Amino acid sequence: MTTTSLTSSRGAGRAGDKVFSGATLAAGCLILAVLFGVALFLVVQAFPALTASPDLIKGGEGFFAYIWPIVIGTLIAATIALVIATPIAIGVAMFISHFAPRQLASGLGYVVDLLAAIPSVVYGAWGAAFLAKEISPAYNWLASNMGWLPIFQGPASATGKTILTAGIVLAVMILPIITSLTREIFLQTPKLHEEASLALGATRWEMIKMAVLPFARPGIISAVMLGLGRALGETMAVALVLSSGALTASLIQTGNQTIAAEIALNFPEASGLQVSTLIAAGLVLFVITLGVNMIARWIIGRHKEFSGAN
Amino acid sequence: MSKRIDVKDLNVYYGKFLAVEDVNINIDAKSVTAFIGPSGCGKSTFLRTLNRMHEVIPGARVEGEVLLDGDNLYGPGVDPVTVRSQIGMVFQRPNPFPTMSIRDNVLAGVKLNNQKISKGEADALVERSLRGANLWNEVKDRLAKPGSGLSGGQQQRLCIARAIAVEPQVILMDEPCSALDPISTLAIEDLINELKDQYTVVIVTHNMQQAARVSEKTAFFNIAGTGKPGKLIEYGDTHTIFSNPTEKATEDYVSGRFG
Repeated sequence: MTTTSLTSSRGAGRAGDKVFSGATLAAGCLILAVLFGVALFLVVQAFPALTASPDLIKGGEGFFAYIWPIVIGTLIAATIALVIATPIAIGVAMFISHFAPRQLASGLGYVVDLLAAIPSVVYGAWGAAFLAKEISPAYNWLASNMGWLPIFQGPASATGKTILTAGIVLAVMILPIITSLTREIFLQTPKLHEEASLALGATRWEMIKMAVLPFARPGIISAVMLGLGRALGETMAVALVLSSGALTASLIQTGNQTIAAEIALNFPEASGLQVSTLIAAGLVLFVITLGVNMIARWIIGRHKEFSGAN
Repeated sequence: MSKRIDVKDLNVYYGKFLAVEDVNINIDAKSVTAFIGPSGCGKSTFLRTLNRMHEVIPGARVEGEVLLDGDNLYGPGVDPVTVRSQIGMVFQRPNPFPTMSIRDNVLAGVKLNNQKISKGEADALVERSLRGANLWNEVKDRLAKPGSGLSGGQQQRLCIARAIAVEPQVILMDEPCSALDPISTLAIEDLINELKDQYTVVIVTHNMQQAARVSEKTAFFNIAGTGKPGKLIEYGDTHTIFSNPTEKATEDYVSGRFG
């Protein structure tokens, strides 16, 4: 008979434990190191542009004067994309998860996922060659009927290559990611809570308001933020669709530019201080994205007590 | 404010599969009726057909009649939403809405049926319902806290408070104590005893002592084998079912010889 002492332990199992915890620790550290490395690179490379004398920067009025119009342009394009994509994505996700017959739902979900697989340059080409042309009559209508609003001030661009068109293309691009994520969240709503509301005499829509949407709220915010991250950083589609120019309030005139497109269009021919300027623009985009994500975290965290996770 | 239920020739199907066959039962108003039987015998399925909650399950359908004081729940033009606001339900696992406070949980059903309710009325209703569920003293100082922070037994009583806040005619309970400890179970059983003064209560339970303790009448369901439909074997006074049943199967089950 063998006695097993409390102090002796199985060597192999312990080793596996150590390897696994070491591997996860390494993976976690790697992420931090990469993030820190990118941030460091951006700051170091951007430094000359931030300290250079104003007349050497593109535009001749210093880095700040150069960057703020394209920051605003980036935010405008991303906002248009979110305003269009979010309600559609939530509607489609809700239809797939709670209203569509099962067979239609799986087919539709597949098609939506397929949208995400289309490369962004194809979206850009579609926007530039097709959407811009088709949509310009609508811009003319907006200019003549709603031109009193600064955002629809005429004359509308003849080519249709405006920030609004770019925003619409971005909306189509971020639609699948928001839809897929919110659909998954909707499907995860506990049956218990759906049944609880139905048993109280809720209609289907009341059940969704009472059980599904409150449960899904943090997930919807995360999904929208992921979409926003993509919209902020999207380069090719905007570069192809938008005929850029100075900052203007009107969404249907030629003009405006986004940071990512500005970098992509100018980087190949840039040298010296110009490279620094573009990298500094990249740093600004990085900070914006970071800020957006932190705000999203804060919004999600505010209602932790009521999240159902406790 | 409670109604009787009469079930006539009820068959329940899942798709083509006959799950419960030919149930006839008369449930008195202001009484507690217990459904007992082995797992899978269809008693929970049958309970759900009493407020049309089985319709949530894809493919489930019913033939026959369920009469609530003579009105057929499955009659033409009857809205399941209306049925459920008259016949409340408490589930196996406590399910307060996690995103709502204790107060909002109690008011959840009322806000559906009657959108405008003054703050004073709402406060009175919350207190009345929570007192009715024997929970008021434990939660009166933290009505704004989330319902999911309560213990399991408290959550289940919160769910009962939520169900009685809409003043239903009947309360259905689907194994309400199976996830609770003995002390919480006792609290719920005491509550069931009080509820029957105002409501018709139907309870599914796996616990035969519980059925014997709380109910006036007991229905025994059984199944002949897997793939066969569940059937109502015997229905009568709880005392009779447990001490002197007519059917051999009932006697075997209540005396613990099988199941």
